[in-house]
Amino acid sequence: MDARRGSLPVPRVRQVGFFTPNAQPAPTRSQSGPPDSSSPPLSDSPASNSLSPVMIPPPRHHSDNLAAAPRPTSPLPVPEPSPFRRRGADNNNALLVGSYNPAETLLAMSPSSSHVGDGESEETMSGGWFRRSNSGKLASSLPSGTFDFSPVQSTAEALKPNKVQNPVGISEVSARPAPKEQQPEAPSSSKQPKPKLTKAERRALQESQRAAKAAAKAPGGGKSVAAPEEVATIKSVKQHQTQKKDAPQVAVSVAASERKGGDKSQEKERRKDAPAPRMQFDDKSRVEKAKRRSVVDQTEAKKRVELFRHLPQYEHGTQLADLESKFLQLDPMHPAIYKVGLQYLAGDISGGNARCIAMLQAFQQVVKDYSTPPEKTLPRDLTAKISSYVSFFTQCRPLSMSMGNAIRFLKNRIAKLSPSLSESESKSSICTDIDRFINEKIVLADRVIVQHASSKVKDGDVLLVYGSSCVVEMVLLHSHELGKQFRVIVVDSRPKLEGKALLRRLVAKGVHCTYTHINAVSYVMHEVTKVFLGASSVLSNGTVYSRVGTACVAMVAHAFRVPVIICCEAYKFHERVQLDSICSNELGDPDAIGKVPGRMDVNYLNDVSNSGNLQLLNLMYDATPADYVSMIVTDYGMIPPTSVPVIVREYRRDHLLI
Amino acid sequence: MPGPQLLVDEFVSQLRKRKVEGSQATAQLTAELLRTVISQLRAAEAPILIETVRKFGRELIAANPFVETFVLPELSVGNIVRRVLRIIREEDASGVTDGLPSDGDNQETADYADGQVSSADVLATRRLLRSPSLHGLLDRVSNAHTDDMGGKRKAPADKNAKAWMLKHNVMEAINELVEEISGCHQQIAEQALELIHHNEVILTFGKSKSVMEFLCAAKKKRSFRVYVAEGAPKYQGHCFAKDLSAEGFRTTLITDSAVFAMISRVNMVVVGAHTVMANGGIIGPVGLNMLALAAKQHGVPFVVVAATHKLCPLYPENPVVRLNELKSPSDLLQFGEFSECMELAPDSSACVLNVVNPAFDYVPPQLINLFITDIGGHNPSFMYRLIADYYSADDFIL
Repeated sequence: MDARRGSLPVPRVRQVGFFTPNAQPAPTRSQSGPPDSSSPPLSDSPASNSLSPVMIPPPRHHSDNLAAAPRPTSPLPVPEPSPFRRRGADNNNALLVGSYNPAETLLAMSPSSSHVGDGESEETMSGGWFRRSNSGKLASSLPSGTFDFSPVQSTAEALKPNKVQNPVGISEVSARPAPKEQQPEAPSSSKQPKPKLTKAERRALQESQRAAKAAAKAPGGGKSVAAPEEVATIKSVKQHQTQKKDAPQVAVSVAASERKGGDKSQEKERRKDAPAPRMQFDDKSRVEKAKRRSVVDQTEAKKRVELFRHLPQYEHGTQLADLESKFLQLDPMHPAIYKVGLQYLAGDISGGNARCIAMLQAFQQVVKDYSTPPEKTLPRDLTAKISSYVSFFTQCRPLSMSMGNAIRFLKNRIAKLSPSLSESESKSSICTDIDRFINEKIVLADRVIVQHASSKVKDGDVLLVYGSSCVVEMVLLHSHELGKQFRVIVVDSRPKLEGKALLRRLVAKGVHCTYTHINAVSYVMHEVTKVFLGASSVLSNGTVYSRVGTACVAMVAHAFRVPVIICCEAYKFHERVQLDSICSNELGDPDAIGKVPGRMDVNYLNDVSNSGNLQLLNLMYDATPADYVSMIVTDYGMIPPTSVPVIVREYRRDHLLI
Repeated sequence: MPGPQLLVDEFVSQLRKRKVEGSQATAQLTAELLRTVISQLRAAEAPILIETVRKFGRELIAANPFVETFVLPELSVGNIVRRVLRIIREEDASGVTDGLPSDGDNQETADYADGQVSSADVLATRRLLRSPSLHGLLDRVSNAHTDDMGGKRKAPADKNAKAWMLKHNVMEAINELVEEISGCHQQIAEQALELIHHNEVILTFGKSKSVMEFLCAAKKKRSFRVYVAEGAPKYQGHCFAKDLSAEGFRTTLITDSAVFAMISRVNMVVVGAHTVMANGGIIGPVGLNMLALAAKQHGVPFVVVAATHKLCPLYPENPVVRLNELKSPSDLLQFGEFSECMELAPDSSACVLNVVNPAFDYVPPQLINLFITDIGGHNPSFMYRLIADYYSADDFIL
């Protein structure tokens, strides 16, 4: 390493530009080599070098007013960026400083516990599929520097045996007070029948410390923990700490870590933001594993389309009764969760916003009814609980990306709870956070979008809408209320025929409507002046992921030179990228295709359900290329699709913090 | 002549009631009807034949007058009438050339001048037939004029023989036409192997017999997968998918809205058409334009399988509206489904809700990569040339 460094002086210079020269990263790094062993030490300087220019732009908006927003990305050329960040961080950090080193010593060997970070990446889309992999496997995989996605759960599980072994166990006592800052006191406060501070005890202590650290670190993205004043004095110590602290996160992060001075935290965070790979259902072993612990007993569809083997496809209609009968067996399941899950399964709740709000409200119920079990801490236990609920939801219906974002937010909030709060305070804080998320990110955002979008509706316009998007509907109704004279063409598609409901509501309000099906879209496009579409998610390459058929409508509109306006709340933006509609999608009930309600003459497929050659494919979503999109209306204003990654990056922290 | 008139009336009523399904059946029935009509004609001189066929043709086409009913007629009726007219003209011309030597033999002295006129006549006719140029069009008038003069001057005996010959030849040619129509699918299917390779994924839309035959022919040698878009208001894709799977194809039925999502994994789009227009555009089931656009965007070849009897010598003008047919809204909305909403509407004087349910779609030639007809594969830009081969410029407007 040192030799390498010597040979490559340039990177260091670059690095110095962002981080003060006193950091002297190279020596410290080489020092920290030994503890690093868990993570592969690799090309540090070049990598960080290449990254650093990318992350420079200072965040233009910091909504510090909302919560104590530490601005993790701020690349201020302040000497010691880490102390700066620290200042914004939770007050508990100062307490931690002293207790760090002992904990760190074990860090490398025990499974990392960067709780939140892991939860985040894991929850984004595929939810709990990975969550509960074997802890044993994880532990074994760690030293070699490979990664598993399940450290959260596994650490929790790994801890359990230890605690059980303890007859009385300090660990329980020390762990129960939610704040981990009490750790220094914990040994003293715990009345110990055994004089010897056993390994297990120490271990437990360290675990709790680590959890606290992770909690402090992850939400803001790996803030270093020393208070500014202290930093000045004990700089070397702190650096040591930061590096060590990073170790667990590095282990979690998807890519191998390059650690470098203050860069580390940012990079790590960036990596954490990178979406975790989704569950691929053509991976047999994983599917088996997932099946074994799944609550919902889904029978897999027998006739699966070859192209979509990587997506789950189940026989619809079978699970509902089964799940209902299981209600009493699922004791850990909160009834609110259960109810919402069933509603997802039955399709009673659909639409990105509705699903997200229902989920958040169910979580709110859970939090309200939650009481920390003995020998657990609220943040960790609640997060684990929520993860299990999320996996239940995922089994009922794959999560939408907006839900993934909401879950990520929620976990972040939980992890960031100040440990000094009592349980009831924590709970109420979480509840208000959820309320604020719903209000600010969904309700208020919708209102802003409506304001923006309806300014684009002119007298005499012919607006084309597809399917049923609640935001678009609000835009139309609001424009109508403003007295604008326009016509609406509602385009619908099988099998859901969501447009009918929209049409009903619009007609009831007296909006002039034309109803047609998606095949006729090129027939009606001649008279259309604007196309308004909703979206399930907007991906960071500008791709709009939405109800299947949206891409068709947008394409035809593009071909007819009609502007396409997407209305989408910014919380639905996702940093994932996607090129086509095949790689990630959701498969609906295939039987819905064969049946055409209200058409007795169309019954060709009534009796072919068992013919081997015929498969029915009911895609739920498709990806509209950014080329077809003229404008995206979000709560941050009207942007071109190319600006989506900017929003995703600049406001990501806001999302998390509100 | 009650016989032919009766037959024609019967066929017209069948067309009106839409008892005849499919362009191939229509074309074949039309050709057979015209054959019967011609065979029953006694005085079989070319102009009379032409006039008769044209008259009946008008009646047949008027069975579904598009302008009044806004129902897109089966254009193959008109196409076949034009084909028959063209056959008569051609046989007439060749009969004249065949007759030339006999003219010379039998009545050298008397009709020498007449022969000369005839030969000039023949040349003009030939030019007309071979070149569909403006030049030929201008020649037409003088040609008809001389034709009349020539006809008057001819001896009656010779006239009879010639008329008989002409009628015979025309009957022969129409028989060939009928055979050609009935065998068009085989002709098309023969080309399938050259276009479909192993493991291909083919997307098709709605239902088409030509496509079926085309794919079946390819299946004998190759194994490939077929995606079928359902073709919304008629859902003929369901029926087609069922038929295909019965034939042993690995078939997947998708919704029309998933066309764009799937097109990126498709190697070729093969569709049938209702009509092929003179500019190389096609009229097809509604939704085809969307599919063609998606195929174009993804660079997927868009292949139209159509027999020559679907080739219409008309150029489309505002085809999306004018060559279309608006179906009943009941395909989309149940009767009475929205009646309560209509009453709720504050402004009851105006119609608040319209339902648009077109049956056809126009695909412009630039979205089409290839036509597979029973006489080979052609570019859309080549269609005008085929039209010149098959139809006489005189008959474009009947």
